[in-house]
Amino acid sequence: MEVQSFSASSMTQFEGSITAAEIDAVLKYVDGWQPPTPPPSDPNSAKTEGNQNAVIFGVISLILAIIMLILMQINSNLKKLSDDAEGIGRPEPVPFYRNKIYIAMVALLFFVVAGYFFAQAAIGLQRQKDYQPKQPIYYSHKVHAGINQISCLYCHGNAWDSKTAAIPSVNVCMNCHKTITSYEKGPKLHDEDGNEINGTAEIAKLHKYAGFDPKQPDAWDPSKAKEIEWTKIHNLPDHVFFSHAQHIRAGKVQCQTCHGEITGMDEVKQFSELSMGWCVNCHRQTKVDFDYRDSTGATKGNKFYSLYEKFHKDLQPDTLKNKHGEYILDDNGNYTIRKPKMDSVTVKDIGGLECQKCHY
Amino acid sequence: MSQKKYWQGFGEINNDPEKYQKQVQDEFREELPFSDMDDKGLLDAKAPRRDFLKYLGFSTAAATLAASCKTPVRKAIPFANKPENIIPGEAKYYATTYVQDGDVIPVVAKVRDGRPIKIEPNDLSTFTGGGTTARAQASVLDLYDTNRLRFPQRKVGNKFEESTYEFIDKAIGDALGTAGNIVLLTSTITSPSTKEIITGFLNKYPGSRHVQADAVSYSGMLLANEASGFGRKLPTYHFAAAKVIVSLGADFLNTWLSPLEFAAGYTKGRKIDEKDPQMSKHYQFEGHLSPTGATADERFTHRPSETGSVALALLNALNGTAPAVGNNNKLNAGIKKAADDLKANSGAALVVCGSNDVNVQIIVNAINNAIGAYGTTIDWNKAVNYRQGIDKDLVDLVADMDSGKIGALLISGANPAYTYFDGEVVNGKWVTKFEKALAKVKTTVSFAGMMDETSVLCGFVLPTHHYLESWGDAEPKTGYTSFLQPTIYPLFKTRPFQTSLLKWTGATDDYDTYFKNYWTGKLGGDQAFEKALQDGVIEPGGQAGTIGKALTDTLQAIAAPIVSAGSGSYNGGNVGTATTAITSAAAANKPGDEVVLYEKASIGSGMGATNPWLQELPDSISKASWDNYAMISMSKAKELLGLDLYYNTEDEANSKAIDYKYYPQKPVIRLSVAGKGDIDLPVLVIPGMNPNTIAVAVGYGRHEALGKTASGVGKNVYHFAAFNGTTINYTNAVTVTDQKRKEKIAQMQIQNSYEGRVEVVRETTLATCKKDPTAISDYRKELAEDYARSTNDFRKEATLYPHHEQPGIKWGMVVDMNACYGCGACVVACHAENNVPVVGKSEVLRYHDMHWLRIDRYFVTDEKNPDDLKGVVFQPMLCQHCDNAPCENVCPVAATNHSSEGINQMAYNRCIGTRYCANNCPYKVRRFNWADYTGADSFPNNQDQQLVGRLDPVVHQMNDELTRMVLNPDVTVRSRGVMEKCSFCVQRTQAAKLQAKKDGRPLKDGEAKTACQQACAGDAIVFGNVHDSNSQVSQVRRDNTQRSFYVIEQIHTLPNVTYLAKVRNTEEIIEPKHHRKPAEHGEHGAGSAKPEEAHHH
Repeated sequence: MEVQSFSASSMTQFEGSITAAEIDAVLKYVDGWQPPTPPPSDPNSAKTEGNQNAVIFGVISLILAIIMLILMQINSNLKKLSDDAEGIGRPEPVPFYRNKIYIAMVALLFFVVAGYFFAQAAIGLQRQKDYQPKQPIYYSHKVHAGINQISCLYCHGNAWDSKTAAIPSVNVCMNCHKTITSYEKGPKLHDEDGNEINGTAEIAKLHKYAGFDPKQPDAWDPSKAKEIEWTKIHNLPDHVFFSHAQHIRAGKVQCQTCHGEITGMDEVKQFSELSMGWCVNCHRQTKVDFDYRDSTGATKGNKFYSLYEKFHKDLQPDTLKNKHGEYILDDNGNYTIRKPKMDSVTVKDIGGLECQKCHY
Repeated sequence: MSQKKYWQGFGEINNDPEKYQKQVQDEFREELPFSDMDDKGLLDAKAPRRDFLKYLGFSTAAATLAASCKTPVRKAIPFANKPENIIPGEAKYYATTYVQDGDVIPVVAKVRDGRPIKIEPNDLSTFTGGGTTARAQASVLDLYDTNRLRFPQRKVGNKFEESTYEFIDKAIGDALGTAGNIVLLTSTITSPSTKEIITGFLNKYPGSRHVQADAVSYSGMLLANEASGFGRKLPTYHFAAAKVIVSLGADFLNTWLSPLEFAAGYTKGRKIDEKDPQMSKHYQFEGHLSPTGATADERFTHRPSETGSVALALLNALNGTAPAVGNNNKLNAGIKKAADDLKANSGAALVVCGSNDVNVQIIVNAINNAIGAYGTTIDWNKAVNYRQGIDKDLVDLVADMDSGKIGALLISGANPAYTYFDGEVVNGKWVTKFEKALAKVKTTVSFAGMMDETSVLCGFVLPTHHYLESWGDAEPKTGYTSFLQPTIYPLFKTRPFQTSLLKWTGATDDYDTYFKNYWTGKLGGDQAFEKALQDGVIEPGGQAGTIGKALTDTLQAIAAPIVSAGSGSYNGGNVGTATTAITSAAAANKPGDEVVLYEKASIGSGMGATNPWLQELPDSISKASWDNYAMISMSKAKELLGLDLYYNTEDEANSKAIDYKYYPQKPVIRLSVAGKGDIDLPVLVIPGMNPNTIAVAVGYGRHEALGKTASGVGKNVYHFAAFNGTTINYTNAVTVTDQKRKEKIAQMQIQNSYEGRVEVVRETTLATCKKDPTAISDYRKELAEDYARSTNDFRKEATLYPHHEQPGIKWGMVVDMNACYGCGACVVACHAENNVPVVGKSEVLRYHDMHWLRIDRYFVTDEKNPDDLKGVVFQPMLCQHCDNAPCENVCPVAATNHSSEGINQMAYNRCIGTRYCANNCPYKVRRFNWADYTGADSFPNNQDQQLVGRLDPVVHQMNDELTRMVLNPDVTVRSRGVMEKCSFCVQRTQAAKLQAKKDGRPLKDGEAKTACQQACAGDAIVFGNVHDSNSQVSQVRRDNTQRSFYVIEQIHTLPNVTYLAKVRNTEEIIEPKHHRKPAEHGEHGAGSAKPEEAHHH
C-alpha cells in the first residue's frame, strides 16, 4: 500500500512526566485488556420483533374478520326474521361457503398473499446471504486479520487498483508461512459443525500447494507451486459492474461495510445481501468526498469533484442581493445570508442511482 | 439549375408511393411468423387459445425451473505466483505492429487478464496519424479463430496427419540437402531481421532464391520508377502537402498502397478553418465507384482500359494539347481542368495512379515531374519497403516449377493457388497453373496460420504464430522501425517461419533469441531494446515517448542505415516508348464491356475473408455484406437486364425494377472472359459507374478448409486479371449475359428511410462557404424564430419536456463528415469494444444486423438523372444521445433513460423487448437481439430458431469457447429479446473517471476516448466533456459554428452529437433549400410530396 499517500508527520513529544507506577498501571491495563464482547449479535432479534408485531396484527385482523362474519350472519338472520314477520317470501339464503362473494373474496385474498410470497421468493433467487461454503484450506480471517491484525490490503492489495479484490496468490501466503509453519498460540479453531480444526495441519495443506517442505526451507522452488481452487462466496450477476477500487480508494469505504465484521469470522460467510436494493440504499446515503467546507479555498477532498461547479456553489451559503445587484441588509445592518441549498452531496446526487453507472 | 437529391437506395429516388412507402413503414420488413388468423374462430386456428395457454404455462414453469433450482458453486482460482506487474481486472497495453496483407501499422494491444482483446493505434507512430484500419481492428479476432492450424502437419497420401517439429525438421532438413534448386516464396518481407535470416538461408543452399509475390501487385509502379531513374522502389506520398490531388483509379483512401497513412495526410488538407476556408482539390478519374472516388471533389469516369489514355492526355494537357480521350467531352473537359489546376499549383500537386501497367506509370511519373511533385509531395528519401513483389518473378517461378527445375518450394504469406491469374478450367472448375506446377515440386512446405488454398496442396504445413503471439520487427519505410512483441503465450503448437529457416540453416537459436540478439546488438543493450519495445516504434522526428529524445536520436542513427537509403532523380526514361505503347493500345482497344477487379477495405486481398467482423462490415459503397457481386451502371442494367430504375412506367420493366429495388433477390449475370471461364454473380446497380465497367471485388470464394466464415461466400475472380508479359493488370475484356435467375444479397441501411427529410445530411461547397458562410447555421436561427418566439431559445422554449440537469460532466461528440471516407474502422472497433454480435448473412438479409455504429452512405445525384453522380456523402450514424430522447418516453419499463452526464442509457437487464424505443427513434440506431446471437441465454440450444429459421454457422463460431476469449469483460453480453445501442463507450468514460478519482485530480480531456474515435484515421470523431470549455470537443464546436448541424434538428430531440457538414471543393454555389414557411418544416424535402404523418404509425 502506498504509505506516502498519508501525510508524513512526526510524533508529538510528550512534555510531562510519568511515574514508574503509572507506566506499570498502563502496562497492566494493556496486558489485561480484553476486547469488549460485542452485544450478542443475534441477527434474528430485529426480525423476531417484527414477527411479533405481525402476529399481533394478524390475530387482531382474524378476530375482526370473525366478528365481521358473525355480524353479517346475524344481519342476514335478522333480515330473514323481519322478512318472515312481514310475510315477504324469499328463497333460502345460500350458506356462506357457497356464497359467490365470499368465495371471490377468499380467492382474491389468497392470490394477493400467495403472489406476494411468490414474488419475494422469485426476487430472492440466487441470492446467497450467509453463504459459508467449505474451503480447500480452513483459512481463518479471525486469526489473520483479527488477532494478528494484518491489513486487508496486504493480501487483497488488488482491491486498491482494480475492480476485483482478488484472492492472494500462493506466493503471498508464503511470504509469512515460510517461517510460520505451525499454529500454536491462537485460540482453538472450530468449523461450522463445531469440530475442532488443527491449524498446523491446515498450514501444512498450504505448504503442499506451494510445494514447500518446512524441513528444507532452502530447497523450496516457488515456481512449482500449484493454484488453490477456492470457492467463490461473493457473486454478482454478470450484468453488474462493480469496482473495489472505486469503493475503497475513491469512495474510502471500509471493507467491513460490505463484508461485515470479517476480523471476527473464522470461515468467511457472505454478510450482505448483495442485492440491488442494498446497493442503492447505500448510494442514497453515502456522502461524497466533496470537501466543500474549506474556507480558505483549498480543497482537501477529491479534486475530481471540482467538475461539479453547480454543487460547489449550492453548498456555499449565499449572500443575498436584490435585483439591482446590491446586498440586502437587515435592520441591524447585517448581510442577509441564505442557507446553502445543499448540506451535503451524496452518491445519488452525482448520478449514483443511474442505470448505466453499474450496468453496461 | 439542377437540384441535388440525396438518396440511399433506388427505392428512394422516385419514392414509389405504393411499394416503397409500404416497405419503409416497418423498420424490420418481414411478416411475423404467425399463422393467419382467419374467420374460422380461435379454436380452429393453428395456435388456438388452449395451446396458447399450454405454452404460457409451460414457459412459465420452465423459466422458473431454469432460473432457480440450484445456485451453481463458482470457483475462484488465483495465481500460484502472481507476476508483479499484472493486476487482475486491469488492462495492460503493449505496443506491437500489425503486419498482414502488405499493411504495416504500429498498434497497441489491449490485454486484459492475459488475453489481447482490442487493437488500438500507437500514437507514437507519426505516419499513421494515430489511426487504424478496419482490418487492423478486426485482426484480434483472427487470433481466436477456431479454424487456425493447431499443430504441424504432413501429407500422407492425400490426407494431412499431425506431425512433430522434430520429425519435420529432420525430414525437410534431409530433403533440402538434396533438393537442388530451393525457392522461398513469400509476400513482401518488411522485417530487417527476417531479411537477414533469409539471406543466411539462401547462402546455405546454393542455387536457392527468394521470390516475393503480393496478392495485389504494384510491380508496374516499381518497374516504372526504375525506368524513371529512381530505382525499383516506391516513394512516400505526402498527401498533406498537396493542394491538388489527381487520382487515376487509385483508391488511396481505402486500399491503395498505404491507405491509412494517405487518409491521415489527405485529412490534413481537407480540414477547414472557418475563418479562411481552404482545402485541397481532389480529382478522381476511374471506371467504377471507389470510396476514394466517392470522396472526390470532381469525378470523371472512363473505361478501365482507357487509364493510359487519360494519363497521356493529362500529360499532354499540361503541355497545352487539348485532351481527346474517346469522344467523351465531359471526361476531356475534366482532364483539361485537372491539368490547369495541377499547373497552377505546381510544387503542391500530386498525381497517383492505380494502374499496374508499367507504361501508364511511366507517364504518371512524367506528369509528377512536370508538376514539381518530386521532392515536394513525393519523397524518395523515404522509400517504402512494402509491396515489393514483381509479377514476372512469380510467372518465371511457375514456369520453372512446371518444367521440374525446382526441387523445394517454401511458401510463407503468399497464396498463389488462390490469387494466380493463369490456369485453365478443368471439369468446370478453375485450376491455376501454379497448382499444376506445384505438383511437380518434390518438397513443398507452407508456413501458414490457416489451411489456405496453397497450404492444402503442400506436403508439409507448419502453422505460424498470429502477430499478437510473435516477436518481430518491420520497417515499413526507410528509417521507420516498428516492433512486434507477444501479447499472449502461443495458443497452439505454432512456430514462426523464421525459426524454421534458422533451424534448416543449421542455427541453434530460435527466432525469439535471434531477434533479441539482433536488436540488442543494434541498439546497444537490453535497456534500449526494452525501451524500443515499450514505444513500439523508432521514427525520425517522432515523439520521444518513454525512450527520451536523446536515446531516440541514438536509436535513429543506428536504425536508419539498415535499409538502402538514397534516391535517384527523375531522368525521363522510357516516356517515348510508353507513349507509343499507350497510343497503339488505345488504337487497338475495341469498345465493349470490361471487368475491373478491386479490393474492399474489409476483405482486402482475401485475408479478411475468414474474419466474421470483416465479412459483416458492409461495403462503404454498396452497403452489402457477406458477398461479392458485380457492380454495374444504371444504363448497363437497363440494357442488359431491362431494369429501368428511375422512371416509373406501367410495363414489365417497371415491375422488374420494383423487384430489384425492394427485395434482396438480385438478378444474376454471367461474366465470361476469353480463356478464363465464366463466373455467375448477382448484380448491384451503382450510380456513377462507367456504363461499360463491371466491378467485382477480389478476396471471396475461399477454400472450404478455411472454415465456414470464408468458404461459400462470393466467388474468386483473381484469374480474370490479365498478364501483359510484364505485369498483371486487374482489368480485362468481358462478355456479360443475363442468367434469368436471382440470388440474395444482404444489404444494410436500405431498410431505413429518412423519408426525404433534407436535414439529415448537409453538404456544401467551398465556394458557398466563402460566399454565404452562414448558409447552414441560419437554419438554427430560423428554427428559433419559428418555435421560440418569446425567448429565442430553441433549446429550452420549443419543448414540453423538462430540462435535464447535468451538474458535472456532459459528454458530447462532433463528427466531421468532411473527414469520413467510409472505411469502416470505427464500425469494427465498436464491434470489438462493445461485444456487438455477428448475426450472419441470413439475419442481415432480414435487417437484423447489430451494428451500433453504421456509416450511412448517401448518393448525391442530379434530381433528373440519378446516374449523374455528383458525389457520395458518408455519415457515421450512432445513437445521438438526445437530451429529449424520443425513445425514453415510450419505454414502459424505463429501461432506457437519461443520465446526469447526458448519456441516453440502456439497461439491458431491465429491457423486456417491446421495441417501442426503436420504433420511436428517428435515427434508427437501436438494434434488437432477435435471436440468441451471443449464447447468453439460460437455455442451451436457444440459438436454433426452429420457427423462423436457423442461425448461420458463423454465429456458432463466434460463440465458441475460443472465440469468446475476444469478448470485453467490462461490457455485458446481451441475450435474446433485448434492445441495444451505442453507449458512448460508457465503460471507457467510467474507467477514465475512476482513474481520475483514484488519483484525486480533475478529469483530463482526451482521457476518455470512444472506440470509434480512436480508430478513425481521419480524426473525424471528437469526443469529450462539453462542460469543459478547454476540451477538444468544445473547441471544435466553437471553431466550426458555420458547418455544425444536428441531424433532423427541427424535431427537437436535442442530440449530443454534432455533425460538421461535408464540403466539396467546387465552384458551385448552393442555394439554401430550407428557407421555407414554418408549417412545411415537418414535411418532405424536394422530390416527394407526401406529408410525413401519412406513414407514421
